[in-house]
Amino acid sequence: MSLLRYNPEFLNNLKEVSLPLAADVLPTLAAGELVSLNGVLYTGRDQTHRRLCALLDEGKELPVDLAGQLLYYVGPSPARPGRVIGAAGPTTSYRMDLYTPRLLELGLAATMGKGARSPETRAAMQKHGAIYLASIGGAGALLAKCIKKSELVAFGDAGPEAMFRFEVENFPAVVINDVQGRDYYAMVAEQKKSEG
Amino acid sequence: MMREINSDVIRQAVSELAIGAAHDLEPDILDALLAARDRETAPLAKNIIELLLTNADIASRERVPVCQDTGTCIVFVSLGQDVHVIGDLQAAIQEGVRIGYDEGFLRKSVCDPLTRKNTGTNTPAVVHFDIVAGDKIKISFLPKGCGSENMSALAMLPPSAGIEGMVRYVIERVVAAGSNPCPPVVVGVGVGGNFEKVALLAKKALLREVGQASERAEVAELEQRLLGEINRQGQGVHGLGGINTALAVHIETFPSHIASLPVAVNIQCHAHRHKEIIL
Repeated sequence: MSLLRYNPEFLNNLKEVSLPLAADVLPTLAAGELVSLNGVLYTGRDQTHRRLCALLDEGKELPVDLAGQLLYYVGPSPARPGRVIGAAGPTTSYRMDLYTPRLLELGLAATMGKGARSPETRAAMQKHGAIYLASIGGAGALLAKCIKKSELVAFGDAGPEAMFRFEVENFPAVVINDVQGRDYYAMVAEQKKSEG
Repeated sequence: MMREINSDVIRQAVSELAIGAAHDLEPDILDALLAARDRETAPLAKNIIELLLTNADIASRERVPVCQDTGTCIVFVSLGQDVHVIGDLQAAIQEGVRIGYDEGFLRKSVCDPLTRKNTGTNTPAVVHFDIVAGDKIKISFLPKGCGSENMSALAMLPPSAGIEGMVRYVIERVVAAGSNPCPPVVVGVGVGGNFEKVALLAKKALLREVGQASERAEVAELEQRLLGEINRQGQGVHGLGGINTALAVHIETFPSHIASLPVAVNIQCHAHRHKEIIL
């Protein structure tokens, strides 16, 4: 790996964003913008989503109030002794699309994973003024270094699919869907088309 | 004369392959990423490839998995017909996976398909046996994450679709996968055989060293054509643009029925983890 010419400047020049996201900050984040996240977020993937929605079906309270929060789609690998966490990069987001509109109704402000969202999720985000971010898929070891604290919130029996609360520092992501309803993946595709 | 190999040796080898694969990317994929970084023209894509190389470096040095999705385990065993395994070969492989995933702090990602209950051990691994000439055992270990595996596809095309139909199908699948499988990807393509054979060909294509051309000249030419066309689609690294949607296209072929042109696409992410040992 001696050929590495890693340029840390890239990560130092991202737009700093505090979590949870302030209501007046959300509209300032534009599709395609690179951000560096700092603060508290919650995690959840397939099983956590399924169980959160089952609780809602039963009219029960959720383990955490999601209003204003960012939900990160991740199933971390186990932490070695003395470490905060194992690898913890984003998982593919479309699998959460079935559940996401319902959580947005509760005031969830942002979601983060990788890959495009469904038209239904995009419409629900626009309706509720929420955004979607993509972090760097397959960079689990690097992203783990941005996670300073991890604690179990709920569904511990689901193993890696449990819900955790992370404290993150300088966690890199790209805004894909903004509150104006723009989609950065679609913008990239359009750009290519117009170039021919 | 039969050569004897104790199943304990196989168990130990598999657990080491599991831990090694999760942490240490092989030179072929690292070289492919370095080359992609150097030829990339889009600044964001270039920076992200740089981060992926940094990630590989951190993973190896600090013993954190390259990706949290340490996958389901696919194990290809080429068993020499002059080898006699003392003990239970299948059980030794499964036990090797269990030990590797436990001791290596790897994520257990295998569950019952219906109840979704995690087996807790990352077993069972999917094991494919080939009986070959000789007195050696070759074990190829391919842990595969599901961001990429979920983007797999298979079509039983009519022969009239021809090479052009096959090419269109592969491109269509890679484009439809978008950023889901973590591009830049390695595209494994199976052509021919039948329903189950073509899927296995696509998977086996991923075992080839990244970018190594097919031995058949006309297939190698198709691989280059597909790679070029995929990378001209412009999705690029993580769907964020650039010229590196794919690092390589590997095609494996097998004769098919005169009435059929089976095609399978098995996409592998940039965290292309694979290890091999010959015992």
